[in-house]
Amino acid sequence: MNASEFPTPPLPTPPLPTNDASIRQALVAVQGVSLSFGGNTVLSNVDLNVRSGEIYSIIGPNGAGKTSLLNCINGFYKPTAGRISFDDKDMSRLSVSRLARMGVARTFQNLALFRDLSTIDNLLLGRNLMMKTSFAQAAWYWGATRNEELNHRAAVEETVHLLQLAGVRDATVGRLSYGTQKRIEFGRALASRPKLILLDEPMAGMTQVEKSEMSAFIRTANKLLDVTVILIEHDVGIIMDLSDRIAVLDRGVKIAEGSPRQISTDESVIAAYLGTDH
Amino acid sequence: MLYRIARRLPSSHSDSLRIIARKEDRAIALVAGLFILLVVPAIAGDYVLSALLIPFLILSIAAIGLNLVMGYAGQASLGTGGFMAVGAYTSYKLATNIPEIPIVLDFFLGGLAAALAGILFGLPSLRLKAFYLAISTLAFQFFAEWLFSKVSWFWNDNASGVVSIPAFDVLGITIEGPRQSYYLVCAIVAIMTLAAVNLMRSHVGRRWMAIRDNETAARLMGISVPAAKLQAFAISSFYCGVAGALWSFVYLKTLGVSSYSIDISFKIIFMIVIGGMGTILGSFIGAAFVLLMPVVLNAVTVALSLPIDTGSVSSLEQIFFGVLVIYFVLVEPRGIMHLLGKLHKKLVSWPLNIGR
Amino acid sequence: MFEDFQFFVEVLISGLLTGILYSLVAIGFVLIYKASNVFNFAQGAMVLFAATTLVGISGFGLNIWFSALLTIPVMALLAYLVEILILRRMVNSTPISMFMATIGLSFVLLGLTQLIWGSGVHLLEFGLPSGQFIVGDVFINQFDLSVAAICAILVAGLVIFFQHTKVGLSLRAVAEDHQAAVSVGVSLSKVWVIVWFIAGIVCLVTGMVWGAKLGVQPALNLIALKALPVIVLGGLTSIPGAIVGGLIIGASEKLFEVFLGSAFGGATESWVPYVVAILFLLVKPSGLFGSTQIGRI
Repeated sequence: MNASEFPTPPLPTPPLPTNDASIRQALVAVQGVSLSFGGNTVLSNVDLNVRSGEIYSIIGPNGAGKTSLLNCINGFYKPTAGRISFDDKDMSRLSVSRLARMGVARTFQNLALFRDLSTIDNLLLGRNLMMKTSFAQAAWYWGATRNEELNHRAAVEETVHLLQLAGVRDATVGRLSYGTQKRIEFGRALASRPKLILLDEPMAGMTQVEKSEMSAFIRTANKLLDVTVILIEHDVGIIMDLSDRIAVLDRGVKIAEGSPRQISTDESVIAAYLGTDH
Repeated sequence: MLYRIARRLPSSHSDSLRIIARKEDRAIALVAGLFILLVVPAIAGDYVLSALLIPFLILSIAAIGLNLVMGYAGQASLGTGGFMAVGAYTSYKLATNIPEIPIVLDFFLGGLAAALAGILFGLPSLRLKAFYLAISTLAFQFFAEWLFSKVSWFWNDNASGVVSIPAFDVLGITIEGPRQSYYLVCAIVAIMTLAAVNLMRSHVGRRWMAIRDNETAARLMGISVPAAKLQAFAISSFYCGVAGALWSFVYLKTLGVSSYSIDISFKIIFMIVIGGMGTILGSFIGAAFVLLMPVVLNAVTVALSLPIDTGSVSSLEQIFFGVLVIYFVLVEPRGIMHLLGKLHKKLVSWPLNIGR
Repeated sequence: MFEDFQFFVEVLISGLLTGILYSLVAIGFVLIYKASNVFNFAQGAMVLFAATTLVGISGFGLNIWFSALLTIPVMALLAYLVEILILRRMVNSTPISMFMATIGLSFVLLGLTQLIWGSGVHLLEFGLPSGQFIVGDVFINQFDLSVAAICAILVAGLVIFFQHTKVGLSLRAVAEDHQAAVSVGVSLSKVWVIVWFIAGIVCLVTGMVWGAKLGVQPALNLIALKALPVIVLGGLTSIPGAIVGGLIIGASEKLFEVFLGSAFGGATESWVPYVVAILFLLVKPSGLFGSTQIGRI
């Protein structure tokens, strides 16, 4: 991959009819989203704007509703109120697979890999939506389907290379170490060349070395493949280092948003983390 | 021992897409194929062909069918016998009422009818999981048994529930002797096996396996889970339907509902559990094992002139298969295929692995 | 019209009472499912095994009740063997492979039963009344009614056992949450053995009642499979569900057969219960009394 693929600093965007800069640049706009199960309020009136190309982190204490928010963004949950738009299109009522088609990929807190399949098959499944040959062509295999497999195989090898997975290419993923599985899951999400990738605690349970490797992978993917990242993570050190902007959730409410520097000095954030009364 | 695997890694993507990765293994497969086509029919007696090899090949198709839906797509089915019956009775109705249709097309249409039944009774799989689904396929099994024993239209209103199959020909050759039957079945098995292998190494099979391993993640990959499940049920039932038609037309030469009872459903489950869930070759190995075991057990009791009556031999058989199924499910979930794989690994690295 | 109605009531009652027999098997299913998360396909085989063992023992010239007493330790041994040979090795298995293992188990039990006691039909007679009596204009079999009484006693016994003994408490704890139960010192193996043993006793009772009605024969296994739609209908984890499910299945299969069966060629009992259960499930996937789970990702 050559240097020209690295993004240049963002150019000033041409003025659009609206004056609100955050909406104009937003890839994902979460507007007044609330979510409740039965009488249980999980999210209340959350607003977020994630700009194209940034690494945006969501932090907050356990039970703050971080994962639920991701679930709303990629369609597992339908918000009780509010609106989520992606690329300026309302997506709060779209299905998971519809959103996958639009370029939203995702990893999970507790791994959701295809355990009995090999690394390469897991990654190929990431490109599932791009495989279009018919059933009959697949039954005959030679010709169209084989070519398609070859092309995707080549594309997936790029991800293998990027995430340094060559050593476990043909291994059954269920038998690999936890850290490697996390990396494969990230790779599977990347393999679809998504516009947006949602990472739910991609470094949980990793050693310090694995964590720094993983954040390097995330950064590389973000810059090289131009994918916008929304990230949930508990390791504040890594978050501060990796993120462009951070939102803080506490008990379903967004209590702060801003650059890592702003967040680290925000009083309400400190209060939420230290448990001071507010 | 046989050959070295060192430096036999695939050197290009197209290499790694082959059905059999290594050159040496391909040579072995070719020799085996020639042996099956040329040598076996020449040396095997009529008994071996018509009482062992033909039923083995036919039930292998059914085992592949069940393996597709259960081993690959992860949807439990206890209704194999029912789907086989649909294939058999459809083919029979077509063959007797519209004799102009070539018989092989009758088998194909029988498979299609079974596929339709598969879709219909696979519908509950969209809402039901695991056991519930197993129960709904069991319902189909009992319903099919009842339907084909009560509605005499299916066997042309004959007085007896068991009807004989009329003679038929393929490409102008009347299929009568065991050798002709053998070649016919071989051809059908070869085509269907190849199609199954191809489907399972393409995106179709990958989608099914994804659903088996993690349905939520499969949805996230944009897989339409309902469509893929119904597809799996349809293809699986198609295989079972064709196998069912062949079972009557080529092997039994009679058609009666008792040949498609729940016993055969269980027999085919045993085949894939013992042979290896999620492998095509395992379906053949399992079929051979399940069919040969009773023959071997009988031969042993006769050879040792053990004082055991036939009833006890069949009870022993039940116990034996029960124990094997429990063993394979608990200890070796990938079946004999996996055991063979381990053996193969040992052989190719011999003698360097001595002591390991 | 009135006679029609009276006939309808008679059919309904006889269906409900047959349903109680299904409920008995279903209760065993539910106990095992709750405690060990195993969907026990071998339940029917266990019924047959228990009944045949009882008949076999009484064949030595023993009193029927004494033979029943002697069958109890056999069922305990079976529970113990199932635990050490199967359950303990299945801790990390998927539900479907556990299900397959119980299919294997059912074959082992059927084979054993026939190997040891043969495959003939044995009569089982232990003094259940066989007359009829009349309520209003409706005939009721005394046999069926005593079966209902036995079922009631059995359920009452189970309830007392689960609610008022220490073992019962640990069983309920395991049913609620395996890991939590283990963490407070409940031994899973012990609980499994006990539950399978209790289910074995339920099977013995079922086998006796059914044997008295139909004779003890291998076909009992398939008849007992009717408990599958029953628990599917009632919800896998609910004893009241098993009872109500049994009643519904018993009544609907009888009513269907008597009033519509001839139009379908008869002998519809083999599949009607399943269809009823599945149609019901499509409407309410967790069954009548089953708990709905919110999917967590």
